[in-house]
Amino acid sequence: MSITRRDFLKVSGMGAASALLAGCAGMGASGAKPKVVVVGAGYGGATCAKYLRKWGPNIEVTLIEPNDKFVSCPRSNLVIGGLRNMDYLTHGYDNLAKHGIKMVKDMVVAIDPAKRTVTTKGGHTFGYDRLVLAPGIDVRTDTVKGFQEAEAASKVVHAWKAGPQTALLRKQLESMADGGVFVMGIPGTPYRCPPGPYERISLVANYLKKHKPKSKIIVLDSNPDIVSKKPLFTWAWNTFYPGMVEYRGTNAVTGVDGNRMVVSTEFDDIKADVMNVVPRQRAGELCAMAGVRNDAGGNWCTVNFTSFESTAVPNVHIIGDSISAALPKSGHMATNHAKVCAAAIVELLAGRQPEAAPVFANTCYSDTSDTTGGHVANVYRYSAEKKAYVDAGGGGATPQGDELNHAYAESWAQNIWAEVLS
Amino acid sequence: MHKILILLAASATLLSANAFAVDRGELLASSCMSCHGPGGKSKGAIPSLAGLEKGYIVKSLQDFKSGARPASVMQRHAKGYTDEEFALMADYLSKLK
Ligand SMILES: Cc1cc2nc3c(=O)[nH]c(=O)nc-3n(C[C@H](O)[C@H](O)[C@H](O)COP(=O)(O)OP(=O)(O)OC[C@H]3O[C@@H](n4cnc5c(N)ncnc54)[C@H](O)[C@@H]3O)c2cc1C
Ligand code: HEC
Repeated sequence: MSITRRDFLKVSGMGAASALLAGCAGMGASGAKPKVVVVGAGYGGATCAKYLRKWGPNIEVTLIEPNDKFVSCPRSNLVIGGLRNMDYLTHGYDNLAKHGIKMVKDMVVAIDPAKRTVTTKGGHTFGYDRLVLAPGIDVRTDTVKGFQEAEAASKVVHAWKAGPQTALLRKQLESMADGGVFVMGIPGTPYRCPPGPYERISLVANYLKKHKPKSKIIVLDSNPDIVSKKPLFTWAWNTFYPGMVEYRGTNAVTGVDGNRMVVSTEFDDIKADVMNVVPRQRAGELCAMAGVRNDAGGNWCTVNFTSFESTAVPNVHIIGDSISAALPKSGHMATNHAKVCAAAIVELLAGRQPEAAPVFANTCYSDTSDTTGGHVANVYRYSAEKKAYVDAGGGGATPQGDELNHAYAESWAQNIWAEVLS
Repeated sequence: MHKILILLAASATLLSANAFAVDRGELLASSCMSCHGPGGKSKGAIPSLAGLEKGYIVKSLQDFKSGARPASVMQRHAKGYTDEEFALMADYLSKLK
């Protein structure tokens, strides 16, 4: 059998031939398979790696993550409230390998966008055609006076990354005497999971009401008012925990003292038995390594929203909590960024343009007691004119909790964990 | 001759890549899976979507949007999409096994 050039064109078709030419551009100097490195196997990164393999089976995908296990922030408030244990939040990464993802257990310590390489703490260097960064947030414990000393002494936690601090906060609540004071500090927006603090307050109240009913919760919110689902949380606090939650808006925590167990604001020093202060946040340090933490304050990463590629550094994409956007920072959203980004990378590597008008939705379920929950849900459409995602309308939040949403919240968690990790 | 064979092998890889590139219906519907489960197969109370009839999916979404079918959360989602997008997503979802 002899194959002529004409036969080749017949077999492959003109489209494929031109794709072949264009495709070479994205295929790296060696002409090998295109390489994508994804850093961070949380909600965004793990999903992106999985969908890159699903939609671009010719792509070599490496996923770098230092942790052995995935520990979920969503539903961690149930652990703090004593309704679930840490095992419930903790999931293995084993299933990801089935998609042909190369998992590397290590931490990235340097990125060279000119050479297109990332280097790990373990001393390995990986080249990439496209790089996806999904490090989540860094919690600015340096912005609250005394926090780091008190944190080192296990006197204050933020528990805004799920793990040992989640378990510690639970233990502190269990040790607190009836009549104790739980103080929660909330940062100004934007922060990870807008309804998260208020869900935590509800579930801590649910525990205290049952086991330590003389106790009190003082909420020190940097924001002027409840940031998310205000009617839902106000309804829950008034209905189930009347008199237990004292909410103070425009009361940013400025300092904590672990020896005296005092939380300070501009106005007051408040004596606490358990201190849960959540400092403000910014995109993970990983983003600074690549020079993409480039918004006006140097806190978040600005991206092109059809591809999630950095506006500052070519071939570097950022997804999840680290981006600068008028969108809620949620795990649900991180999975959506991941899919739009994965599809865009597949097209870009083949020399085509990404989908011009992505649409996706956010939903955050919040439990308000051990039997009730509510949600907020909105659809966002990309507007080429505004170069941003805009609310498509028709969304909103439940004004009260119920048992149906409580059940759907559990199903959501099981399904999103499977979507991210299996 | 040799070169052509190599080219042919390379184009086969690329062809498969092109065949897998994502159409709009699949990309839109991928957003639904964070609630409805991977491949549209749900665990627990949220219903599965995989393999539902195309016409049934479109009608359900239209009824959620208009309010004809009561829902806890789907009305808030359906209102954000167009009829054309309902059809694209339903087409993809109905083919999932
Ligand atoms: C109390 C609480 C409740 C919440 N509830 C909900 C909810 O109900 N629904 C919802 O949708 N969202 C919820 N969220 C928000 C959700 O947790 C985040 O939005 C989500 O985790 C963001 O995903 P991500 O991929 O950006 O980051 P993450 O999921 O945090 O993943 C980041 C990963 O990157 C890794 N990493 C960081 N730096 C490096 C490095 N240098 N090298 C290698 N790896 C690195 C980390 O180890 C981590 O695994 C909640 C958050 C909190 C705190
Ligand atoms: C927040 C989680 C969530 C998201 C996201 C979501 N759904 Fe749903 N879906 C539900 C729930 C819960 C129901 C049950 C009806 C209700 O209470 O809203 C449902 C019901 C449905 C039904 C009816 C199924 C049946 O058997 O009758 C269809 C069809 C559907 N959804 C399609 C979609 C599509 C398409 C998307 C993406 C555009 C989507 N859903 C996104 C939670 C979700």
